Amino acid sequence: MAWTRDEMAARAAQELEDGFYVNLGIGIPTLVANHIADDIDVTLQSENGMLGMGPFPFDDDVDPDLINAGKQTITELRRTSYFSSADSFAMIRGGHIDLSILGAMEISEKGDIANWMIPGKLVKGMGGAMDLVAGVKRVVVIMDHANKKGEPKLLRECTLPLTGQACVHRIITTLGVFDVVEDGLKLIELAPGATLALLAEQTDAKYTVADNLLEHEAA
Amino acid sequence: MKKVFADAQAALDGLVFDGMTIMAGGFGLCGIPENSIAALHKSGVKGLTVISNNCGVDGFGLGVLLDAKQIKKMVSSYVGENKEFERQFLSGELELEFNPQGTLAERIRAGGAGIPGFFTKTGVGTLIAEGKEHRDFEGETFIMETGLKADVSIVKAWKADPQGNLVFRKTARNFNPMMATAGKVTVAEVEEIVELGSLDPDEIHTPGIFVQRLFVGEFEKRIEQRTIREREVA
Repeated sequence: MAWTRDEMAARAAQELEDGFYVNLGIGIPTLVANHIADDIDVTLQSENGMLGMGPFPFDDDVDPDLINAGKQTITELRRTSYFSSADSFAMIRGGHIDLSILGAMEISEKGDIANWMIPGKLVKGMGGAMDLVAGVKRVVVIMDHANKKGEPKLLRECTLPLTGQACVHRIITTLGVFDVVEDGLKLIELAPGATLALLAEQTDAKYTVADNLLEHEAA
Repeated sequence: MKKVFADAQAALDGLVFDGMTIMAGGFGLCGIPENSIAALHKSGVKGLTVISNNCGVDGFGLGVLLDAKQIKKMVSSYVGENKEFERQFLSGELELEFNPQGTLAERIRAGGAGIPGFFTKTGVGTLIAEGKEHRDFEGETFIMETGLKADVSIVKAWKADPQGNLVFRKTARNFNPMMATAGKVTVAEVEEIVELGSLDPDEIHTPGIFVQRLFVGEFEKRIEQRTIREREVA
């Protein structure tokens, strides 16, 4: 019933195309790296200053000078380059990164995203999220369809402070895949076990159902 | 003019005063000027405004200055890893200005390059844009951000020559090169000072004009998140 986090990551990996430069956010989006198809060539960017991010190191290869944006130790590849934070965000803000995959607390039907701040709770900061959603060519969100209280996260308007305005292109949730189109959202895929009735119940945003809706079968 | 000093204390001598603004390089605990931070702690300087992407962790990095209540204000993009930070912020002892990470990097780059302000898409339509000048270019809306400068920048590099030419290593570069340009005085701490002429001039990341003082430091290089994979047994 519905997609697990890893299954959402696998679905998100289908967004990657040969030759893409991609920035993966912290959390579930990181899992996307485990599902990149063998027949495409993708370069991962880490906004702390690296293109060509490799896997986690073996125990004896850990290098404190080599971390990703989640502050995890990682490795380099033969294609790797390093650069300053200013150059890194020139890539991001300048529209040179093809795709950003990140998590969210709320998404509106206009493609607004909120993922950095809950008023009244301690705010840790937006890090690079505002730059990514404003600058990267295509923004795909992976998130649970509803929050821990069972309330919809796909809303007519975001209630939380925004990270970016009208910048999300596609949303992959536990229940399905939505595109942000001119007059709201369009449901294009349904996760295994999810039904249109369940979606209607757990979605506040206005959406239409694609004529060629793809209904995934349980694996 | 001699740029090489014996240690952090000697390098910072005469530069430190209460209420000053400091830029401190690093991303998380990677590439942070550990030795200059320790010397600032020891100096007892107070009321600091610190511009740095993060604020260390409890008891290490900039966390040391927080613990001693030497910081009045932080200008950062993400400060999640520090309980004392949380306590001081919630009690109103500490001021905080959040900047999107790329905006922070560019404000520092601009400050060092003599650019007082610039326009960016980042943050349009968010809290960050409130009170800032908006302007349209080619049909898109941008907000104005200002350049940042510091009284002293403390940066960490891998190698230097006696002229202050710097080479960074891997992702320990991060904010250090821009901060080196934006300090009225920049103090660089390095792992090694090599002989003049032994760095390839084509591979210098920060030219020595941006570095006024330097010294060889001792580095703990603490790791925040040690993530590893297992070797597959054949």
